[in-house]
Amino acid sequence: MKKLMFAALCAALAQTALAQERTPSGKAVAKNPVSAEAEQVFRNSFRPDNPKYWMSRLEQDDAMKLCGQYKDNPPAAVRQKIELAQKATIRYPVDGKLMGKWQEGEKIAAHGRGGHIGFIQPDAPMTPRGGNCYACHQLAAKEVAYGTIGPSLHHFGKLRGNSDDIVKYAYDKIYNSNAFNACTNMPRFGLHNWLTPEEITHVVAFLMDPESPVNKD
Amino acid sequence: MIQRFIRTLVGAAVVAAFAGSAAAQDSKVADELAKYREALADGNPADLLEVKGAALWAEKRGPKNASLEQCDFGLGPGKLDGAYAQLPRYFKDTGKVMDVESRLVHCMVTLQGFKQEDVTKQWFSKPGTESDIEALVTFIGAKSNGMPINVPATHPEEKKMYQIGEYVFYRRSGPQDFSCAICHGQDGKRIRLQELGNLTTKEGAGTAMKTWPSYRVSQGAVWTMERRLIDCMRQARFPEPKYLSDSIIALQVYLQKNATGTVMETPGIKR
Ligand code: HEC
Ligand code: HEC
Repeated sequence: MKKLMFAALCAALAQTALAQERTPSGKAVAKNPVSAEAEQVFRNSFRPDNPKYWMSRLEQDDAMKLCGQYKDNPPAAVRQKIELAQKATIRYPVDGKLMGKWQEGEKIAAHGRGGHIGFIQPDAPMTPRGGNCYACHQLAAKEVAYGTIGPSLHHFGKLRGNSDDIVKYAYDKIYNSNAFNACTNMPRFGLHNWLTPEEITHVVAFLMDPESPVNKD
Repeated sequence: MIQRFIRTLVGAAVVAAFAGSAAAQDSKVADELAKYREALADGNPADLLEVKGAALWAEKRGPKNASLEQCDFGLGPGKLDGAYAQLPRYFKDTGKVMDVESRLVHCMVTLQGFKQEDVTKQWFSKPGTESDIEALVTFIGAKSNGMPINVPATHPEEKKMYQIGEYVFYRRSGPQDFSCAICHGQDGKRIRLQELGNLTTKEGAGTAMKTWPSYRVSQGAVWTMERRLIDCMRQARFPEPKYLSDSIIALQVYLQKNATGTVMETPGIKR
């Protein structure tokens, strides 16, 4: 019953979304008139010798499709629909503990390789996949080679306090960033199994633990 | 010419010195690179490749023993001045929108009689293996130096390719939810220390597009725009695109139209 109601709600939200092709900033976004053909062109642009399990990376879920369609700036109703659906994907570690070891999290945050495919310069097959958080965020003060696509997370725990709510928020955000901000530039690390729930708990500790370098200096 | 050659050699020595220090100290890279660009302002290692490209252009080669001098890049046979800055464009004879690389390969096939799979085997260089395409594109690109990029995409086929390029630019997929827009859709951002322009604006696209093809210090080689875009697909964790494929050409229409009006400064020099 609950499920049915949820589905109906989603459908209703989608309806309003279609009616209202405006972003919160008020800019109208017309649907790309050639999107069906463009999708075909895109799919046909890859080498035929890419193995199938590589090609499966081109599949899109609803969130990806909608973000592309609205150029990452969906109208409020679509935004809400995406966030609801993404929240429902979040899974927790079996023991329920969301704070792991910050030392492990520090390594994961700094590690940027993993997951590159293709014939020119792929990663070695067993390369562990890192969170690559520094690509987009400032974290520990001592690491100066940080990117600015995302906000600074320096002193994250110190500033937010480490209540259970903030710990859970950090976990959820890393697991599925789009649950809070549809079409954000941040990857959905848990949803894609890029990081395991346990690895996410380590990264959470790196952000939250008072002893973590993120919260020192 | 000789003097230019010597400057290039000096440049190569700087490259070697620079490469060592870069690995050791990431944070200094941005600073060093600025100084280094200045030092090399008129001695880019790509100059050597440009000279090689000029020779390849005029040399009779292939089964038909012909040069490329009659190749038409859109302004008429053999007319290269400003041609690169107006590519990609629609070509009546093939009924397709083509970029500099697909057009060049077309001429190598039709004028010189090469087989496409043979001439594209080495579409980019590796240590110890040179690429004729890289050399020729560097030469052809330099013939647009000082001229404004001009890809209005007004022909219906060009307009469609622009729209396809825009679609691909915002299309998310893969295990990191990447699209081009994630890394290149905002002003003034960087990934680690590398600055990323906003390729959706004239300023950002112009700053990027005017310098290609470009000598890449970290790679020790000139990269063409196809090489750049195919590598960005790799960074996006996508499978590997086909060389000369339509989505790579469509992305170039999108980027060149956005960059239209910006004066070319090629060959460039990059990280
Ligand atoms: C490709 C870019 C990118 C990567 C990689 C990335 N993020 Fe983010 N992150 C963002 C952006 C952009 C935002 C701001 C928008 C939003 O809230 O989604 C953000 C927001 C956040 C926030 C919320 C901040 C707040 O004030 O509420 C947290 C926490 C966070 N990121 C943690 C991480 C961690 C930990 C990693 C690595 C495991 C990571 N991010 C990797 C781009 C990225
Ligand atoms: C994960 C990040 C990422 C993604 C996704 C990505 N790029 Fe890039 N791109 C980069 C980096 C890093 C550079 C190199 C910057 C440097 O070396 O200074 C770059 C460079 C470029 C350049 C040259 C810019 C210049 O100033 O010369 C172009 C053009 C470009 N990318 C286009 C694209 C397109 C089109 C796509 C989508 C197919 C894309 N990129 C996807 C990270 C990315």
